[in-house]
Amino acid sequence: MKNRHFAKRHVEEGIFKALMIGSFALLSASLGFILLTIIIKGLPALNLAMLIQTPKGGYYLGKEGGILNAILGSLYLAGGGTLLALLFSLPLALFLKVYTNHSHWSDMVRLALDVLWGIPSIVYGAFGFTIMLALNMRASLLAGIIVLALLELPIMTRAMDEIIRMTPFDLEQASLALGATRLETAVHVVLRQMLPGIVTAILLAFGRGIGDAASVLFTAGYTDRIPTSLMRPAASLPLAVFFQLSTPFPEVQRRAYASALILTAIVLTISLGSRWLSGRLGKFVVK
Amino acid sequence: METHIEIRKLNAYYGDSQALKDINLEIPRQQVTVIMGPSGCGKTTLLKSLNRFLELGDGTRLSGQVLIDGEDIYAPEVDVTEMRKKTGLLAQRPYPLPMSIYDNVAYGLRIHDLCKKGPEMDKKVRHFLEEAGLWEEVKDRLHKPAVGLSIGQQQRLCLARGLAVQPEIILGDEPTSALDPISAQHIEKRLLDLKKEYTIVLVTHILRQAKRLADYVVYMYLGEVVECGAASDVFEYPRQDRTRAYLAGQF
Repeated sequence: MKNRHFAKRHVEEGIFKALMIGSFALLSASLGFILLTIIIKGLPALNLAMLIQTPKGGYYLGKEGGILNAILGSLYLAGGGTLLALLFSLPLALFLKVYTNHSHWSDMVRLALDVLWGIPSIVYGAFGFTIMLALNMRASLLAGIIVLALLELPIMTRAMDEIIRMTPFDLEQASLALGATRLETAVHVVLRQMLPGIVTAILLAFGRGIGDAASVLFTAGYTDRIPTSLMRPAASLPLAVFFQLSTPFPEVQRRAYASALILTAIVLTISLGSRWLSGRLGKFVVK
Repeated sequence: METHIEIRKLNAYYGDSQALKDINLEIPRQQVTVIMGPSGCGKTTLLKSLNRFLELGDGTRLSGQVLIDGEDIYAPEVDVTEMRKKTGLLAQRPYPLPMSIYDNVAYGLRIHDLCKKGPEMDKKVRHFLEEAGLWEEVKDRLHKPAVGLSIGQQQRLCLARGLAVQPEIILGDEPTSALDPISAQHIEKRLLDLKKEYTIVLVTHILRQAKRLADYVVYMYLGEVVECGAASDVFEYPRQDRTRAYLAGQF
Protein backbone atom coordinates (compact mmCIF):
# COMPACT_ATOMS: atom_id res chain seq x y z
CA MET A 1 0.00 0.00 0.00
CA LYS A 2 2.65 2.40 1.08
CA ASN A 3 4.87 1.50 -1.86
CA ARG A 4 2.10 2.23 -4.32
CA HIS A 5 1.59 5.59 -2.72
CA PHE A 6 5.27 6.44 -3.17
CA ALA A 7 5.30 5.08 -6.71
CA LYS A 8 2.42 7.39 -7.65
CA ARG A 9 4.27 10.41 -6.29
CA HIS A 10 7.43 9.46 -8.16
CA VAL A 11 5.45 9.14 -11.38
CA GLU A 12 3.97 12.60 -10.80
CA GLU A 13 7.39 14.05 -10.28
CA GLY A 14 8.69 12.25 -13.37
CA ILE A 15 5.91 13.68 -15.55
CA PHE A 16 6.53 17.23 -14.46
CA LYS A 17 10.27 16.88 -14.82
CA ALA A 18 9.76 15.59 -18.36
CA LEU A 19 7.49 18.54 -19.13
CA MET A 20 10.12 20.98 -17.90
CA ILE A 21 12.90 19.34 -19.85
CA GLY A 22 10.61 19.26 -22.88
CA SER A 23 9.87 22.98 -22.76
CA PHE A 24 13.53 23.77 -22.25
CA ALA A 25 14.40 21.63 -25.27
CA LEU A 26 11.72 23.34 -27.36
CA LEU A 27 12.94 26.76 -26.32
CA SER A 28 16.61 26.13 -26.96
CA ALA A 29 15.81 24.37 -30.24
CA SER A 30 13.87 27.38 -31.53
CA LEU A 31 16.65 29.73 -30.48
CA GLY A 32 19.17 27.42 -32.13
CA PHE A 33 17.21 27.20 -35.37
CA ILE A 34 16.70 30.95 -35.57
CA LEU A 35 20.39 31.60 -35.02
CA LEU A 36 21.34 28.84 -37.42
CA THR A 37 19.06 30.18 -40.15
CA ILE A 38 20.35 33.72 -40.04
CA ILE A 39 23.94 32.53 -39.74
CA ILE A 40 23.73 30.08 -42.67
CA LYS A 41 21.83 32.49 -44.88
CA GLY A 42 23.38 35.72 -43.71
CA LEU A 43 27.03 34.93 -43.10
CA PRO A 44 27.96 34.52 -46.81
CA ALA A 45 26.51 37.96 -47.55
CA LEU A 46 28.15 39.54 -44.51
CA ASN A 47 31.32 41.48 -45.18
CA LEU A 48 33.11 44.48 -43.85
CA ALA A 49 31.40 46.72 -46.38
CA MET A 50 28.03 45.81 -44.83
CA LEU A 51 29.19 47.25 -41.54
CA ILE A 52 31.01 50.40 -42.62
CA GLN A 53 29.31 51.59 -45.80
CA THR A 54 25.97 53.04 -46.71
CA PRO A 55 23.87 51.31 -49.41
CA LYS A 56 24.90 51.66 -53.02
CA GLY A 57 22.07 51.60 -55.54
CA GLY A 58 19.36 52.28 -52.98
CA TYR A 59 18.29 50.40 -49.88
CA TYR A 60 15.61 48.52 -51.77
CA LEU A 61 17.42 47.21 -54.81
CA GLY A 62 21.06 47.87 -53.94
CA LYS A 63 23.35 44.87 -54.05
CA GLU A 64 26.47 46.74 -53.01
CA GLY A 65 27.53 48.84 -50.09
CA GLY A 66 26.35 48.29 -46.54
CA ILE A 67 23.81 49.14 -43.93
CA LEU A 68 25.77 51.50 -41.71
CA ASN A 69 22.86 53.93 -42.09
CA ALA A 70 20.51 51.39 -40.51
CA ILE A 71 22.97 50.26 -37.81
CA LEU A 72 23.56 53.81 -36.62
CA GLY A 73 19.93 54.74 -37.12
CA SER A 74 18.74 51.85 -34.98
CA LEU A 75 21.25 52.60 -32.23
CA TYR A 76 20.24 56.27 -32.21
CA LEU A 77 16.53 55.48 -32.30
CA ALA A 78 16.54 52.77 -29.63
CA GLY A 79 19.18 54.50 -27.51
CA GLY A 80 17.37 57.83 -27.63
CA GLY A 81 13.99 56.22 -27.03
CA THR A 82 15.33 54.24 -24.09
CA LEU A 83 16.93 57.29 -22.50
CA LEU A 84 13.80 59.34 -22.96
CA ALA A 85 11.63 56.55 -21.53
CA LEU A 86 14.02 56.17 -18.59
CA LEU A 87 13.59 59.83 -17.68
CA PHE A 88 9.93 59.18 -17.04
CA SER A 89 9.71 55.57 -15.99
CA LEU A 90 12.32 55.55 -13.23
CA PRO A 91 10.73 58.39 -11.24
CA LEU A 92 7.30 56.89 -11.88
CA ALA A 93 8.33 53.43 -10.67
CA LEU A 94 9.97 54.87 -7.54
CA PHE A 95 6.96 57.06 -6.89
CA LEU A 96 4.65 54.05 -7.13
CA LYS A 97 6.73 52.20 -4.55
CA VAL A 98 7.72 54.78 -2.02
CA TYR A 99 4.71 57.05 -1.94
CA THR A 100 1.64 55.17 -3.11
CA ASN A 101 2.39 51.47 -2.85
CA HIS A 102 -1.06 50.30 -1.87
CA SER A 103 -3.38 53.06 -2.94
CA HIS A 104 -6.24 52.80 -5.38
CA TRP A 105 -4.57 55.40 -7.54
CA SER A 106 -1.40 53.37 -8.02
CA ASP A 107 -3.48 50.37 -9.07
CA MET A 108 -5.06 52.54 -11.74
CA VAL A 109 -1.62 53.64 -12.98
CA ARG A 110 -0.50 50.01 -13.14
CA LEU A 111 -3.63 49.04 -15.05
CA ALA A 112 -3.10 51.87 -17.54
CA LEU A 113 0.52 50.79 -18.07
CA ASP A 114 -0.52 47.18 -18.60
CA VAL A 115 -3.05 48.24 -21.22
CA LEU A 116 -0.42 50.39 -22.94
CA TRP A 117 1.97 47.43 -22.91
CA GLY A 118 -0.59 45.39 -24.83
CA ILE A 119 -1.17 47.92 -27.60
CA PRO A 120 0.45 46.78 -30.86
CA SER A 121 3.39 48.86 -32.00
CA ILE A 122 1.81 49.73 -35.34
CA VAL A 123 -0.84 51.60 -33.35
CA TYR A 124 1.89 53.62 -31.65
CA GLY A 125 3.30 54.33 -35.11
CA ALA A 126 -0.07 55.40 -36.46
CA PHE A 127 -0.71 57.54 -33.38
CA GLY A 128 2.66 59.23 -33.75
CA PHE A 129 2.00 59.77 -37.44
CA THR A 130 -1.34 61.46 -36.72
CA ILE A 131 0.30 63.85 -34.28
CA MET A 132 3.09 64.57 -36.74
CA LEU A 133 0.52 65.44 -39.39
CA ALA A 134 -1.25 67.75 -36.97
CA LEU A 135 2.02 69.48 -36.13
CA ASN A 136 3.03 69.53 -39.78
CA MET A 137 6.20 67.56 -38.95
CA ARG A 138 7.95 65.23 -41.36
CA ALA A 139 9.34 61.79 -40.62
CA SER A 140 12.48 62.32 -38.56
CA LEU A 141 14.85 60.74 -36.06
CA LEU A 142 13.24 62.84 -33.31
CA ALA A 143 9.73 61.63 -34.10
CA GLY A 144 11.00 58.03 -34.15
CA ILE A 145 12.71 58.48 -30.80
CA ILE A 146 9.57 59.94 -29.23
CA VAL A 147 7.35 57.13 -30.50
CA LEU A 148 9.83 54.48 -29.41
CA ALA A 149 9.99 56.11 -25.98
CA LEU A 150 6.20 55.86 -25.76
CA LEU A 151 6.38 52.23 -26.83
CA GLU A 152 9.10 51.43 -24.29
CA LEU A 153 7.68 53.43 -21.40
CA PRO A 154 5.07 50.90 -20.20
CA ILE A 155 7.46 47.96 -20.46
CA MET A 156 10.24 49.73 -18.64
CA THR A 157 8.02 51.16 -15.92
CA ARG A 158 6.18 47.94 -15.19
CA ALA A 159 9.36 45.87 -15.23
CA MET A 160 11.00 48.32 -12.81
CA ASP A 161 7.85 48.51 -10.73
CA GLU A 162 7.75 44.73 -10.30
CA ILE A 163 11.43 44.71 -9.35
CA ILE A 164 11.23 47.68 -7.01
CA ARG A 165 8.18 46.20 -5.26
CA MET A 166 10.43 43.37 -4.09
CA THR A 167 12.46 45.73 -1.88
CA PRO A 168 12.03 44.42 1.65
CA PHE A 169 9.89 46.83 3.66
CA ASP A 170 12.32 46.38 6.56
CA LEU A 171 15.04 47.90 4.44
CA GLU A 172 12.95 50.99 3.80
CA GLN A 173 12.14 51.13 7.49
CA ALA A 174 15.83 50.97 8.35
CA SER A 175 16.35 54.12 6.34
CA LEU A 176 13.23 55.89 7.60
CA ALA A 177 14.22 55.08 11.19
CA LEU A 178 17.37 57.14 10.68
CA GLY A 179 15.24 60.14 9.88
CA ALA A 180 15.61 59.88 6.11
CA THR A 181 12.83 61.30 3.99
CA ARG A 182 10.96 59.10 1.55
CA LEU A 183 12.84 60.63 -1.35
CA GLU A 184 16.23 59.93 0.26
CA THR A 185 15.08 56.40 0.99
CA ALA A 186 13.98 55.95 -2.62
CA VAL A 187 17.14 57.31 -4.20
CA HIS A 188 19.85 56.09 -1.83
CA VAL A 189 18.41 52.81 -0.60
CA VAL A 190 15.66 51.42 -2.85
CA LEU A 191 17.46 52.41 -6.04
CA ARG A 192 20.81 51.06 -4.85
CA GLN A 193 19.19 47.80 -3.82
CA MET A 194 17.35 47.36 -7.10
CA LEU A 195 20.01 48.66 -9.50
CA PRO A 196 20.77 45.26 -11.09
CA GLY A 197 17.08 44.70 -11.74
CA ILE A 198 16.66 48.19 -13.11
CA VAL A 199 19.44 47.53 -15.60
CA THR A 200 17.52 44.45 -16.73
CA ALA A 201 14.33 46.50 -17.12
CA ILE A 202 16.17 49.07 -19.25
CA LEU A 203 17.58 46.32 -21.43
CA LEU A 204 14.17 44.72 -21.88
CA ALA A 205 12.79 48.02 -23.13
CA PHE A 206 15.81 48.64 -25.36
CA GLY A 207 15.39 45.18 -26.85
CA ARG A 208 11.81 45.88 -27.77
CA GLY A 209 12.74 49.30 -29.12
CA ILE A 210 15.57 48.22 -31.36
CA GLY A 211 13.63 45.29 -32.78
CA ASP A 212 10.47 47.17 -33.61
CA ALA A 213 9.73 47.99 -37.24
CA ALA A 214 6.10 49.10 -37.21
CA SER A 215 6.41 52.09 -34.93
CA VAL A 216 9.31 53.67 -36.83
CA LEU A 217 7.94 52.95 -40.32
CA PHE A 218 5.94 56.19 -40.57
CA THR A 219 7.64 58.21 -37.89
CA ALA A 220 11.35 57.89 -38.54
CA GLY A 221 10.99 57.04 -42.22
CA TYR A 222 13.92 55.52 -44.05
CA THR A 223 16.96 56.88 -45.82
CA ASP A 224 20.23 55.80 -47.36
CA ARG A 225 22.08 58.45 -45.43
CA ILE A 226 23.69 58.26 -42.05
CA PRO A 227 21.54 60.21 -39.59
CA THR A 228 23.13 63.56 -38.78
CA SER A 229 20.22 65.59 -37.50
CA LEU A 230 17.25 64.96 -35.22
CA MET A 231 14.99 66.58 -37.77
CA ARG A 232 15.98 64.32 -40.71
CA PRO A 233 14.69 60.80 -41.38
CA ALA A 234 16.68 57.87 -40.01
CA ALA A 235 17.05 54.28 -41.18
CA SER A 236 16.66 51.28 -38.89
CA LEU A 237 17.71 47.63 -38.98
CA PRO A 238 14.27 45.99 -38.77
CA LEU A 239 13.13 48.08 -41.74
CA ALA A 240 16.37 47.27 -43.59
CA VAL A 241 15.56 43.59 -43.18
CA PHE A 242 11.99 44.21 -44.30
CA PHE A 243 12.95 46.13 -47.46
CA GLN A 244 15.76 43.81 -48.46
CA LEU A 245 13.63 40.73 -47.94
CA SER A 246 10.80 42.08 -50.07
CA THR A 247 12.96 42.59 -53.16
CA PRO A 248 12.69 40.06 -55.94
CA PHE A 249 16.49 39.54 -56.09
CA PRO A 250 18.04 36.62 -54.17
CA GLU A 251 21.34 38.54 -53.67
CA VAL A 252 19.52 41.35 -51.90
CA GLN A 253 17.42 38.87 -49.93
CA ARG A 254 20.60 37.27 -48.61
CA ARG A 255 21.67 40.70 -47.45
CA ALA A 256 18.49 40.79 -45.38
CA TYR A 257 19.73 37.79 -43.41
CA ALA A 258 23.06 39.49 -42.92
CA SER A 259 21.23 42.56 -41.59
CA ALA A 260 19.22 40.32 -39.27
CA LEU A 261 22.46 38.75 -38.09
CA ILE A 262 23.87 42.17 -37.27
CA LEU A 263 20.71 43.16 -35.38
CA THR A 264 20.79 39.92 -33.40
CA ALA A 265 24.47 40.40 -32.62
CA ILE A 266 23.78 43.89 -31.27
CA VAL A 267 20.96 42.64 -29.01
CA LEU A 268 23.08 39.71 -27.84
CA THR A 269 26.03 41.95 -27.02
CA ILE A 270 23.83 44.27 -25.00
CA SER A 271 22.23 41.34 -23.15
CA LEU A 272 25.56 39.89 -22.17
CA GLY A 273 26.91 43.32 -21.27
CA SER A 274 24.00 44.04 -18.99
CA ARG A 275 24.34 40.63 -17.34
CA TRP A 276 27.92 41.47 -16.54
CA LEU A 277 26.93 44.92 -15.30
CA SER A 278 24.11 43.52 -13.13
CA GLY A 279 26.54 41.13 -11.54
CA ARG A 280 28.93 43.93 -10.70
CA LEU A 281 26.22 46.21 -9.37
CA GLY A 282 24.73 43.37 -7.35
CA LYS A 283 27.51 43.05 -4.83
CA PHE A 284 25.99 45.57 -2.40
CA VAL A 285 22.49 44.13 -2.62
CA VAL A 286 20.96 43.06 0.69
CA LYS A 287 19.35 39.65 0.54
CA MET B 1 14.36 59.82 38.23
CA GLU B 2 13.71 62.12 35.32
CA THR B 3 11.07 61.11 32.81
CA HIS B 4 12.18 61.12 29.16
CA ILE B 5 9.21 59.62 27.38
CA GLU B 6 5.69 59.93 28.67
CA ILE B 7 2.82 57.97 27.17
CA ARG B 8 -0.67 59.20 27.87
CA LYS B 9 -3.90 57.32 27.14
CA LEU B 10 -2.44 55.60 24.12
CA ASN B 11 -4.77 53.38 22.10
CA ALA B 12 -3.75 51.66 18.87
CA TYR B 13 -5.83 49.68 16.39
CA TYR B 14 -5.01 47.43 13.45
CA GLY B 15 -8.21 47.64 11.46
CA ASP B 16 -10.88 46.59 13.95
CA SER B 17 -8.70 44.91 16.51
CA GLN B 18 -7.31 46.94 19.34
CA ALA B 19 -3.62 46.32 19.94
CA LEU B 20 -2.98 48.81 22.72
CA LYS B 21 -5.51 49.68 25.40
CA ASP B 22 -5.24 52.91 27.27
CA ILE B 23 -1.51 52.85 27.93
CA ASN B 24 -0.09 55.27 30.49
CA LEU B 25 3.64 55.05 31.09
CA GLU B 26 6.66 57.05 32.04
CA ILE B 27 10.02 55.95 30.69
CA PRO B 28 13.02 57.25 32.63
CA ARG B 29 15.98 58.99 31.01
CA GLN B 30 19.27 57.12 30.54
CA GLN B 31 17.98 53.85 31.86
CA VAL B 32 17.19 50.56 30.20
CA THR B 33 13.45 50.04 30.12
CA VAL B 34 12.44 46.53 29.11
CA ILE B 35 9.00 45.75 27.75
CA MET B 36 8.12 42.10 28.35
CA GLY B 37 5.16 39.91 27.70
CA PRO B 38 3.93 36.93 25.71
CA SER B 39 3.68 37.05 21.90
CA GLY B 40 0.93 39.29 20.61
CA CYS B 41 0.64 41.30 23.80
CA GLY B 42 1.37 44.56 21.98
CA LYS B 43 4.96 45.14 23.05
CA THR B 44 6.28 45.71 19.53
CA THR B 45 3.27 47.89 18.77
CA LEU B 46 4.07 50.01 21.80
CA LEU B 47 7.69 50.30 20.68
CA LYS B 48 6.69 51.28 17.16
CA SER B 49 4.43 53.99 18.49
CA LEU B 50 7.53 55.70 19.90
CA ASN B 51 9.09 56.50 16.51
CA ARG B 52 5.83 56.79 14.60
CA PHE B 53 6.41 53.58 12.67
CA LEU B 54 2.88 52.35 13.26
CA GLU B 55 1.51 54.74 10.69
CA LEU B 56 3.62 53.11 7.96
CA GLY B 57 1.32 50.09 8.00
CA ASP B 58 -2.09 49.92 6.38
CA GLY B 59 -5.20 50.50 8.42
CA THR B 60 -3.53 51.49 11.67
CA ARG B 61 -5.14 54.07 13.91
CA LEU B 62 -3.84 55.65 17.04
CA SER B 63 -5.13 57.97 19.72
CA GLY B 64 -3.50 59.51 22.76
CA GLN B 65 -0.17 61.20 23.26
CA VAL B 66 3.50 60.28 23.30
CA LEU B 67 5.63 63.01 24.78
CA ILE B 68 9.37 63.03 24.27
CA ASP B 69 10.97 65.75 26.40
CA GLY B 70 7.46 67.03 27.03
CA GLU B 71 6.57 67.44 23.35
CA ASP B 72 3.86 65.38 21.75
CA ILE B 73 5.36 63.57 18.75
CA TYR B 74 1.87 63.10 17.27
CA ALA B 75 1.10 66.83 17.27
CA PRO B 76 0.23 68.02 13.76
CA GLU B 77 3.12 70.49 13.53
CA VAL B 78 5.76 67.84 14.23
CA ASP B 79 8.12 66.93 11.38
CA VAL B 80 8.21 63.14 11.27
CA THR B 81 11.72 62.86 9.86
CA GLU B 82 13.14 65.24 12.44
CA MET B 83 11.35 63.34 15.18
CA ARG B 84 12.68 59.98 13.94
CA LYS B 85 16.21 61.32 14.05
CA LYS B 86 15.87 61.40 17.85
CA THR B 87 15.20 57.68 18.04
CA GLY B 88 17.48 54.94 16.78
CA LEU B 89 15.97 51.56 15.98
CA LEU B 90 17.49 48.11 16.26
CA ALA B 91 15.23 45.71 14.43
CA GLN B 92 14.70 42.01 15.05
CA ARG B 93 16.75 41.11 12.01
CA PRO B 94 19.56 43.44 11.02
CA TYR B 95 19.06 45.11 7.67
CA PRO B 96 22.25 46.78 6.49
CA LEU B 97 21.73 49.31 3.71
CA PRO B 98 22.83 48.16 0.23
CA MET B 99 26.17 49.94 0.38
CA SER B 100 29.62 49.61 1.92
CA ILE B 101 30.27 49.30 5.65
CA TYR B 102 31.62 52.85 5.69
CA ASP B 103 28.65 54.25 3.79
CA ASN B 104 26.19 52.54 6.13
CA VAL B 105 27.50 54.63 9.00
CA ALA B 106 28.07 57.73 6.89
CA TYR B 107 24.53 57.60 5.47
CA GLY B 108 22.90 59.24 8.47
CA LEU B 109 25.72 61.77 8.80
CA ARG B 110 25.24 62.74 5.16
CA ILE B 111 21.46 63.03 5.05
CA HIS B 112 21.39 65.13 8.20
CA ASP B 113 24.44 67.09 7.11
CA LEU B 114 26.13 66.40 10.43
CA CYS B 115 29.69 66.65 9.22
CA LYS B 116 31.86 67.38 6.20
CA LYS B 117 33.27 64.83 3.80
CA GLY B 118 36.87 63.70 4.17
CA PRO B 119 38.89 63.26 7.34
CA GLU B 120 36.11 64.56 9.60
CA MET B 121 33.70 61.96 8.21
CA ASP B 122 36.35 59.23 8.52
CA LYS B 123 36.86 60.13 12.15
CA LYS B 124 33.16 60.06 12.93
CA VAL B 125 32.61 56.76 11.15
CA ARG B 126 35.44 55.26 13.13
CA HIS B 127 34.07 56.69 16.36
CA PHE B 128 30.61 55.18 15.92
CA LEU B 129 31.99 51.84 14.77
CA GLU B 130 34.09 51.82 17.93
CA GLU B 131 31.06 52.70 20.02
CA ALA B 132 29.23 49.73 18.53
CA GLY B 133 32.24 47.49 19.17
CA LEU B 134 32.81 46.69 15.51
CA TRP B 135 35.81 48.80 14.49
CA GLU B 136 38.53 46.23 15.10
CA GLU B 137 36.75 43.65 12.96
CA VAL B 138 36.04 45.86 9.98
CA LYS B 139 38.79 48.49 9.86
CA ASP B 140 40.54 46.78 6.95
CA ARG B 141 37.45 46.35 4.82
CA LEU B 142 35.45 49.52 5.32
CA HIS B 143 34.64 49.82 1.63
CA LYS B 144 33.48 46.25 1.19
CA PRO B 145 29.72 45.51 0.99
CA ALA B 146 28.00 45.45 4.37
CA VAL B 147 26.16 42.27 3.43
CA GLY B 148 29.46 40.41 3.65
CA LEU B 149 29.41 40.69 7.44
CA SER B 150 28.01 38.00 9.71
CA ILE B 151 24.54 38.56 11.16
CA GLY B 152 26.01 39.49 14.53
CA GLN B 153 28.36 42.01 12.95
CA GLN B 154 25.51 43.36 10.85
CA GLN B 155 23.48 44.05 13.97
CA ARG B 156 26.39 45.97 15.48
CA LEU B 157 26.74 47.85 12.20
CA CYS B 158 23.05 48.76 12.47
CA LEU B 159 23.76 49.99 15.98
CA ALA B 160 26.66 52.15 14.72
CA ARG B 161 24.49 53.43 11.89
CA GLY B 162 21.77 54.38 14.36
CA LEU B 163 24.19 56.05 16.78
CA ALA B 164 25.67 58.13 13.97
CA VAL B 165 22.56 60.30 13.65
CA GLN B 166 23.04 61.13 17.33
CA PRO B 167 19.69 60.06 18.74
CA GLU B 168 18.60 60.44 22.35
CA ILE B 169 16.70 57.20 22.46
CA ILE B 170 17.56 53.70 21.28
CA LEU B 171 14.64 51.40 20.56
CA GLY B 172 15.36 47.68 20.36
CA ASP B 173 12.78 45.28 18.97
CA GLU B 174 14.13 41.92 20.20
CA PRO B 175 17.50 42.95 18.74
CA THR B 176 19.25 39.73 19.70
CA SER B 177 16.63 37.22 18.65
CA ALA B 178 18.26 36.46 15.29
CA LEU B 179 21.78 36.34 16.71
CA ASP B 180 24.02 33.60 18.03
CA PRO B 181 24.72 33.70 21.81
CA ILE B 182 28.15 35.36 21.46
CA SER B 183 26.84 38.12 19.20
CA ALA B 184 23.85 38.58 21.48
CA GLN B 185 26.24 39.05 24.39
CA HIS B 186 28.13 41.68 22.38
CA ILE B 187 24.94 43.64 21.79
CA GLU B 188 23.84 43.36 25.41
CA LYS B 189 27.20 44.62 26.62
CA ARG B 190 27.02 47.55 24.22
CA LEU B 191 23.55 48.49 25.39
CA LEU B 192 24.69 48.51 29.01
CA ASP B 193 27.57 50.82 28.06
CA LEU B 194 25.33 53.07 26.03
CA LYS B 195 22.77 53.74 28.73
CA LYS B 196 25.15 56.32 30.22
CA GLU B 197 24.21 58.56 27.31
CA TYR B 198 21.02 57.19 25.84
CA THR B 199 17.57 56.22 26.98
CA ILE B 200 17.07 52.62 25.92
CA VAL B 201 13.74 50.92 25.39
CA LEU B 202 13.97 47.23 24.68
CA VAL B 203 11.36 44.69 23.71
CA THR B 204 12.27 41.14 24.61
CA HIS B 205 10.60 37.84 25.29
CA ILE B 206 13.72 36.40 26.88
CA LEU B 207 13.19 36.66 30.60
CA ARG B 208 16.84 36.15 31.48
CA GLN B 209 17.85 38.91 29.11
CA ALA B 210 15.31 41.21 30.73
CA LYS B 211 16.79 40.41 34.13
CA ARG B 212 20.31 41.08 32.90
CA LEU B 213 19.56 44.42 31.30
CA ALA B 214 16.53 46.07 32.83
CA ASP B 215 16.53 48.98 35.22
CA TYR B 216 12.85 49.41 34.69
CA VAL B 217 10.32 46.84 33.56
CA VAL B 218 6.98 47.06 31.80
CA TYR B 219 4.93 43.88 31.72
CA MET B 220 2.21 43.76 29.09
CA TYR B 221 -0.59 41.32 28.46
CA LEU B 222 -3.29 41.50 25.77
CA GLY B 223 -2.57 45.11 24.90
CA GLU B 224 -2.55 46.38 28.44
CA VAL B 225 0.20 47.32 30.84
CA VAL B 226 -0.25 44.91 33.71
CA GLU B 227 2.59 46.09 35.84
CA CYS B 228 5.54 48.43 35.63
CA GLY B 229 8.23 49.62 37.96
CA ALA B 230 11.86 49.28 38.94
CA ALA B 231 13.30 45.95 37.77
CA SER B 232 14.21 44.78 41.25
CA ASP B 233 10.67 45.35 42.50
CA VAL B 234 8.89 43.72 39.58
CA PHE B 235 11.14 40.69 39.44
CA GLU B 236 11.26 40.05 43.15
CA TYR B 237 7.92 41.29 44.41
CA PRO B 238 5.43 41.26 41.54
CA ARG B 239 2.16 42.71 42.69
CA GLN B 240 -0.09 41.21 40.03
CA ASP B 241 -0.98 37.53 39.68
CA ARG B 242 -0.50 37.68 35.92
CA THR B 243 3.04 38.99 36.29
CA ARG B 244 3.82 36.28 38.82
CA ALA B 245 2.46 33.65 36.46
CA TYR B 246 4.57 35.00 33.57
CA LEU B 247 7.73 35.14 35.65
CA ALA B 248 7.10 31.58 36.76
CA GLY B 249 6.97 30.55 33.13
CA GLN B 250 3.27 29.81 32.94
CA PHE B 251 2.60 31.86 29.80
